[in-house]
Amino acid sequence: MSENKDILLDIKDLSVQFNTDSGVVKAVNHLNLRLERGKSLGFVGETGAGKTTTALSILQLIQTPPGEITSGEILFNGVDVRRMTEAEKRHLRGGDISMIFQDPMTSLNPIMTVEEQIMEMVSLHLNLKGEAARERAIEMLRLVGIRPERAKDFPHQFSGGMRQRVVIAIALACRPQLIIADEPTTALDVTIQAQVLELIKKLQQSEKTSMLLITHDLGIVAETCDSVAIMYGGHLVEYSGIKELYTHPKHPYTQGLFNAVPTLESPLGSRLAVIPGLPPDPTNLPKGCSFSPRCPYAKDICHERACGMRELEPGHFVDCHFPLTPESGNAFLERPSKEAE
Amino acid sequence: MKNNSMLKYTMIRLRRNYLALFGLFILVVLIVCAVFADQLAPFGYAQQDYMMIRKAPSAVHWLGTDEFGRDILSRLIYGSRISLQVGLIAVSISLVVGGLIGAVSGYFGGKLDNVLMRLMDIQMAIPTILMAIVISSVLGPGLFNLMVAVGITYIPKFARLTRASVLSLKDQEFIEAARAMGASHTRIICLYILPNCAAPLIVQSTLSVANAILFAATLSFLGLGIQPPYPEWGGMLSAARPYLRNSAYMSIFPGLAIMFTILSLNFLGDGLRDALDPKQKR
Repeated sequence: MSENKDILLDIKDLSVQFNTDSGVVKAVNHLNLRLERGKSLGFVGETGAGKTTTALSILQLIQTPPGEITSGEILFNGVDVRRMTEAEKRHLRGGDISMIFQDPMTSLNPIMTVEEQIMEMVSLHLNLKGEAARERAIEMLRLVGIRPERAKDFPHQFSGGMRQRVVIAIALACRPQLIIADEPTTALDVTIQAQVLELIKKLQQSEKTSMLLITHDLGIVAETCDSVAIMYGGHLVEYSGIKELYTHPKHPYTQGLFNAVPTLESPLGSRLAVIPGLPPDPTNLPKGCSFSPRCPYAKDICHERACGMRELEPGHFVDCHFPLTPESGNAFLERPSKEAE
Repeated sequence: MKNNSMLKYTMIRLRRNYLALFGLFILVVLIVCAVFADQLAPFGYAQQDYMMIRKAPSAVHWLGTDEFGRDILSRLIYGSRISLQVGLIAVSISLVVGGLIGAVSGYFGGKLDNVLMRLMDIQMAIPTILMAIVISSVLGPGLFNLMVAVGITYIPKFARLTRASVLSLKDQEFIEAARAMGASHTRIICLYILPNCAAPLIVQSTLSVANAILFAATLSFLGLGIQPPYPEWGGMLSAARPYLRNSAYMSIFPGLAIMFTILSLNFLGDGLRDALDPKQKR
C-alpha cells in the first residue's frame, strides 16, 4: 500500500481484551487495518472473531470495565480517537462515523416516531433545529424510499426491511465520512437483503462515504466492497483487494471459508465442505498461529509461532508461514474423501 | 402528548375494564369535589352550630354533624382537597427523587449503584410508619411536612422499581445505537431510558397515591398530620372515635370516603397495569 493515498481510517496494532470472571478474553490482537476515503471494506469472520469489537473500538464504545483497549492507535483523519475528549468523541459518533446495527427490530427507540429519531441525530450534529431538522428528516426518509406521510409513525408500525431503511436514514443524516455497518442484513430475509444492500451501496457511492461492512457472508462482500479483511480468533489473517482475494485466496482459512459456501454446481446430495474443529476459545488462544489446530497445511513451526502479516503481492497481506499457491490444491476437500475410503 | 398511539391503545384497552372505569369515575368526582369545594359544600368546614351538635343525618345536614355542630358532608368535601394533595404531591416527590436515584444507579452501575442501593435498603429496613412518625415529629405537623414525610417513605420503592426497569433496558440495542449517535448520558437517560420505563412507574404511582392517602390519614389519626380545624379524613375519624357508640355515622362517613378513594385508585392502578402491558394485546 503506498503512503500517499487518502487514508481515512488507520488502525495500528489494536488489541482489545475483556477481563471477565472466567479469564481474560483476548477479543482483538494486534490488528492493523487501513481504509481509504470513499472506499468500502468488507470485514469477514466467524461469530466471535472480534469484528464487532473492532468496530466498537473505532467509536470508543467498548464498555470499560470489563473491556479494555490494551494497545494501539486508531487514527481517524490522522487523529487518534483514543486521545479525544469525551465531547470530541460524542461529536465523532454520529457526526463523522455512524453505525448501522444488526437488528432493526431492536435498534430503534420504540416510543419515538421515526421522524423524531432522525431529527434527534440531526439536532445533535448539524446545528439544525425545529422545522429545518424536520425537513432534513423527511428528505432522508425520501432518500431511503419511505413516503413522507409515514414520518410520524412509530417503529412498530414498520416492517423489518423498512425499519432497516430508517436506521440507514438515521446513520446517513449527518453525512458521515465513515459508515460502520454491523451485519446490516442478517435479520432480514433474502429479497429485502438485496434491496437494503443496494440502497447502502448506492448511498455510499453518491455521498462519497467510506464504509466498513461487517458480515459473515462472502457473497455480500463480493457485491458491495472494494477490499476484504478476513478475521479469525481476534487476528487479521488476510487482507486484500476484492478480485485478488476471490481468485487467489492465500490463507488456508480463507480457502476453507470459500469451500463452505455451497454452489449450484455441486452435485445433489453432496455434503458441504466444513473446516474441521471449532473456533478457538478466546480466553485460551493457541500458541503460534491461531488457526494452526484446524489447518490441514499446518507444520511444526505453525504451532510454535505466528508468522505475522506479510505483503505477498502489492496490496495483498497474509498472516501465514505457508501461503497457498495455485499448486497447493485444496486440502479441505481431500480430507473427507480420505475418511470415506 | 408525544406518544399518541400508545395513549390511544391504552385507552382502548382501559375502556374494556369496568372496574378501572369505575375507579376513574370516582377519581374524577373526587377531583371535582376538591376543585369546587367552595361551591359544592353546603356549609363552611369550620362553621359551628351549637344547636346542632352530633345530630344524625337529616335534610339539612345530609351526613349529620360532629361534636362541634359542623356539617360532616362539607368537611368531607373540603377534606378531599387534603387527601388529593397529599396523595399526588407526596407521590410526585417520591417519583421524582426515587426515579432519579434508580435511573442513575441502574444506568451507571458499579460503586455508585452499590452506595445508592444500600442507602435505599437501609431506609427500607426501617418500618415505614415509624419512619414517617419520626420525620413528621422532627419537621412538625402541617400539610407540607405531612407530604414530605409520606414522600420520603416511598422513595425506595420507586428507586428499586426504576433501577430494575433501567437494568433491563440499558443493554438493548437502541440504547447502544443512541450512544453510537453521539448522545450524552443525560440525554440517553432522559429521552431514551425513562420514557421507556414509564409504564411500570405509572402503575406504581397510581397504587402509591392510594397508599399515601391512607398513610396521611393514619398520621392524622395519630395527631401528626393536618391540624384542626382543617378537616382531614383520618383526623375526622380520630375525632369521632370517642362517640363511636352513640354517633356511629361520625366515623362511618369519613371511613367510607377513605375506603372508596383507595378502592377506586387500586382498581384504576390494576386496570392501567393490564392496559399498559403490550404483551396483553388482544
